[in-house]
Amino acid sequence: MADLSVKFAGITSPNPFWLASGPPTNTGGQVMRAFDAGWGGAVWKTIGEPITNTSSRYGAIDFNGVKVMGFNNIELISDRPSETNLREIYEVKKRYPKNLVIASLMVESKRESWHQMVRRAEDAGSDALELNFGCPHGMSERGMGAAVGQVPDYTEMITGWVKEVARIPVIVKLTPNVTSVTHIAKAAERGGADAVSLINTINSLMGVDLDSFSPRPSVGGKSSHGGYCGPAVKPIALHLLSSVARNCRLAISGIGGIGYWNDAAEHISLGASTVQVCTAAMHFGFRIVEDMIEGLSQYMDDHGFRSIEDFRGRALPNVMDWGDLDLNYKIVAKIDSGLCIGCQLCYVACEDGAHQCIEPYRSAAKKNDNGFGVHVPRIIEEECIGCNLCALVCPVENCITMKQIDAGEVPLSWNDRVRQSNSTLSLPFPSGD
Amino acid sequence: MPLRDTAPKLSPEQYERNFADISPAMTHQQAVTEASRCLYCFDAPCTIACPTHIDVPAFIKKISTGNLRGSAREILSANILGHSCGRVCPTEVLCEGACVMHEKGESPIEIGRLQRYAVDYVLEKNIQLFQAGAPNGKGVACIGSGPASLACASELTKWGYDVVVYDRNEQPGGLNTYGIAAYKSRATDSVREADLVEQLGVKFCQEIEVGRDVTFADLEAQFDAVFIGVGLGETWALNLPGENLHGVYGAIEFIEKTKTLPFQEVEVGRRVACIGAGNTAIDVVTAARRLGAEAVYLIYRRGEPEMPAFAYEYELAKRDGVSFLWQTQPVRVLGEKGVVTGLECVRTELGTPDARGRRHPAPVTGTEFKLDVDMVVRAVGQKPATEFLKQIKGVEIDSDGTVKINDRHQTGHLKFFAGGDCVNGGKEVVDAVADGMAAAQGIDVWLGAPRAVGR
Repeated sequence: MADLSVKFAGITSPNPFWLASGPPTNTGGQVMRAFDAGWGGAVWKTIGEPITNTSSRYGAIDFNGVKVMGFNNIELISDRPSETNLREIYEVKKRYPKNLVIASLMVESKRESWHQMVRRAEDAGSDALELNFGCPHGMSERGMGAAVGQVPDYTEMITGWVKEVARIPVIVKLTPNVTSVTHIAKAAERGGADAVSLINTINSLMGVDLDSFSPRPSVGGKSSHGGYCGPAVKPIALHLLSSVARNCRLAISGIGGIGYWNDAAEHISLGASTVQVCTAAMHFGFRIVEDMIEGLSQYMDDHGFRSIEDFRGRALPNVMDWGDLDLNYKIVAKIDSGLCIGCQLCYVACEDGAHQCIEPYRSAAKKNDNGFGVHVPRIIEEECIGCNLCALVCPVENCITMKQIDAGEVPLSWNDRVRQSNSTLSLPFPSGD
Repeated sequence: MPLRDTAPKLSPEQYERNFADISPAMTHQQAVTEASRCLYCFDAPCTIACPTHIDVPAFIKKISTGNLRGSAREILSANILGHSCGRVCPTEVLCEGACVMHEKGESPIEIGRLQRYAVDYVLEKNIQLFQAGAPNGKGVACIGSGPASLACASELTKWGYDVVVYDRNEQPGGLNTYGIAAYKSRATDSVREADLVEQLGVKFCQEIEVGRDVTFADLEAQFDAVFIGVGLGETWALNLPGENLHGVYGAIEFIEKTKTLPFQEVEVGRRVACIGAGNTAIDVVTAARRLGAEAVYLIYRRGEPEMPAFAYEYELAKRDGVSFLWQTQPVRVLGEKGVVTGLECVRTELGTPDARGRRHPAPVTGTEFKLDVDMVVRAVGQKPATEFLKQIKGVEIDSDGTVKINDRHQTGHLKFFAGGDCVNGGKEVVDAVADGMAAAQGIDVWLGAPRAVGR
């Protein structure tokens, strides 16, 4: 069976699944229950000068009747005294020495304050520190959280202060609310960080009640921007993760839209060593980790990966700049008329939304069990540009597949073409994040 | 005169439970979740299958976005009786039968219930979605206030016609009010829908029988066109000895009692036989069981495969514990002192299929047996309203007793148009609505009235 234990910036986690800093890691009781359920580590709810939270504080977006597609919060860091949090960290570590407890920290931007907090967190027995430079709401207005993480110089400076005293690994948590996350990651690297974790939540306003005109989540009819997370943010997280992984050498803990083992495996394949989960645990409880462990382990066995390291970053070389993609690669859509249910969503999507390569049904060749005709449309293969849209909107698994057409041409990218033509008019695509 | 023996009376709560809505209203969350399952098909099979061609994906999408008024408008502009149809349509052989979900191996979208959900909203809030058109100076009379007439009347009113509906019953709605199983729809549901048509500006003259209280000549003189939507007549007789005994009822007559009287006052035998196996027969046997009858027999001279009732209806009767006597034919109704005491039956043998593919049943001598029952209900179809129709000079009647019409729904008397059961011989509410709407178009074209806006 695959070994799920993972080395991360010099410390070892029993598995890559950590609870992210947030409501599920607010207390020692929760963290211990999480460890009992199987979580490898927990990043404690951010410790700092206690704040007061609002009521309400969470918002969600449901999609087509499915709850919590996206989630946001306007909750700040821990509202409990730091002594309480640190005492509980001490107690948890005493009882769960093999599980990792990472103290998430946020204090005012003064060297002394950071030095003091780092020492206290270490004394409590934390395995690592996570510097919360990412919280997008509430704290950033006070010069903390994202206010630090959005400025490379501040990130480097404060990471440096922490590293002056820290004896345990230091993880810098990155905010996605920047133009280039790589710049911030590199600043953390320059400051001496051992690792980065990303992404923190995305700045968001969840919606507006159209009767009261109160934004959501409503605090007495008012609201404020908060941090967006949940299944909807995974693609953003994967992109930012891959750009950091391509440009930095630091260990990475992946965060963003992870609810299942396969989400975690995707993060790992793009370079993460561990992953952090919050929204899914808030939605379904700590027990979800059981399937995550089993599913990931099964996946690794099926693919012959004996350790996380065996497939970590495997997808990374395949993330390329657009200018390097092969323009001679050609696929076309095929409809399996036996599987087709006749909704014709592919037809209307292609006709109105893409490239007019599908014909509607002419006559119903097959009938359903009640004798009604099934409207199977037809791909005009010579027109098909292989965009995927029809296959994406088709509600039936494997009904529309994209088949490769061998045009007999050698691979050629835009950048190849520019190089071959020696044209000064068509500039090659620069590589980006 | 009482029946020989009647079903034991139930508590009022038990009656209400027995006749509770078979397909209860959806909650907001149920409706949105179900609406969200709809794939929003292009050129949707459900819309094609609907006789009134309601744009089903469009109204369902509007439910999922919370645009219930728009959803109801989508439904009611295609079918003014969208509420009733949502309750009583045999959706499994229409829209839901055509739903692509069958091919996907999933249950079809609950189109009927969603339709009702959307229309309930505007009915409960009494939202009038349509307005009468600017008066065009033309008047149309509708005879009968069933689904065909209501559809015809509301369409014409929207286009600026002055429409008067004449109906002999106390309540409007025709069979939709008086002839639908109570667990599918109550009389008040149908009347509420007719109110919507009245609010649009249609005038209703209830308890006025044309030919008796008003002459056809009067209508002809007063109106520019007349729509005949009188449906069918009485239930066919069995032509059996003993048929006139007390305790023999027509199906329509029996169902009407369940719709107009409190349930505890509807007389029903302890043991009941119903002759016929169509959808109306199912309404009869299920009503009899739900009213407390202890033994209910459905008697049909052909076999189960030939049963005309829809599969869904048959299931209802099976679940209600009805006994089915296939290949059985009544011979005579037995009685004592003028009251039904039993039914003599004989087994049948099925011959070779006829031109319509139906196998003709022949009695098998020596297989006669007696069924001990207190009540016999005839559910062998309704006669056409030929006697009534014959009163209108020029209106031609087909050999099967239905009204002959052209493609404008115009009869042999050019001023008279017709639609619904009196033309099609007896179909669903939704077919009558489609007919009424088509007749309205026909009248409009024939009268050459200027087209009103908002068409």
